[in-house]
Amino acid sequence: MNTAIAILAVATKVDIAVFVASAVIVLAGAIGVVVSRNPVHAALFLVLTLFGVAVLFVAQEAHFLAAVQVIVYAGAIVVLFLFVIMLLGVDRQENVMVEPLRAQRPLAFLLGVIALGEIFLLAQGTHWATGASQVAGPAGGPGSNVEKLARILFTRYLLAFEATSVLLVIAVVGAVVLARRSETTAAESPAAARVENPLSPTSEEPLSAEPLSAEPLPAASDEPHSAPSGAR
Amino acid sequence: MSLDGSWYLCLAAAVFTIGAVGLLVRRNVLVMFMCVELMLNAVNLTLVTFARMLDDIGGQALVFFVLVVAAAEVVVGLGIIVAIFRRRAGATADDLHLLRG
Repeated sequence: MNTAIAILAVATKVDIAVFVASAVIVLAGAIGVVVSRNPVHAALFLVLTLFGVAVLFVAQEAHFLAAVQVIVYAGAIVVLFLFVIMLLGVDRQENVMVEPLRAQRPLAFLLGVIALGEIFLLAQGTHWATGASQVAGPAGGPGSNVEKLARILFTRYLLAFEATSVLLVIAVVGAVVLARRSETTAAESPAAARVENPLSPTSEEPLSAEPLSAEPLPAASDEPHSAPSGAR
Repeated sequence: MSLDGSWYLCLAAAVFTIGAVGLLVRRNVLVMFMCVELMLNAVNLTLVTFARMLDDIGGQALVFFVLVVAAAEVVVGLGIIVAIFRRRAGATADDLHLLRG
């Protein structure tokens, strides 16, 4: 116990330097996400922030979460963002200067400042933590972080763990359903109409006239009975 | 060891506020999504900090679940964005007022 308190009390210069450096990285990345005009740049700033947060996780001995942060967030989620940006062709620059609602931007900043001040005010008055410690088990002490996290995930939080697997399956099915281009939406969508637009003014007559001229060709090779049913 | 937890909590509060302001200010749906990710990361940092301060592994387990939910949310959200962009080219958040009464 005494050693734990002594360890907690001492913050070396290296710790302070690590925290300051990663805090600067995190804040710069966060501001970059908000102010960058190009969505690709915003995604790359987001990677910067995620790496900074991963460093802060390591500094607080959450080694498994730091690895997962880099692998899942920076490796999968941001890549998914970049895929969508490139796929949709929306990587053109947004005009940040134009503001449709006049008072929105000052009001947003005002709200942000108020929220931040409120958080600090709340934090100043009371203790940071309630003092109820170790509901689920120790985070520090001997043993590896991965082992402790795995033990609590597969014993106490096993039901939640299984529920997240169901959630992931639902998300995959939902993404497939959303991204699927069905027959009706393909016909109704303006993008599909734009592609077919050069043909559309004359599309009525050839559609009715074409089968009459085109039908003898398959009919010549196939059986005469099967050709009308195939055209239908 | 590490610094006092209050430093981490202040940093997380700042990142959360930046994300919230970005969500209010930006018009691009994708950038708004990234701001949501910023806010989620700020909360994750808070949870890890409390896990260390209280010496409780439960906070880190919660961060694990938040990561999974964030991944699912991004998948579904980006699917919705792709579906919207397929219907109308260059949609910002202001153009999506189909549900307005």
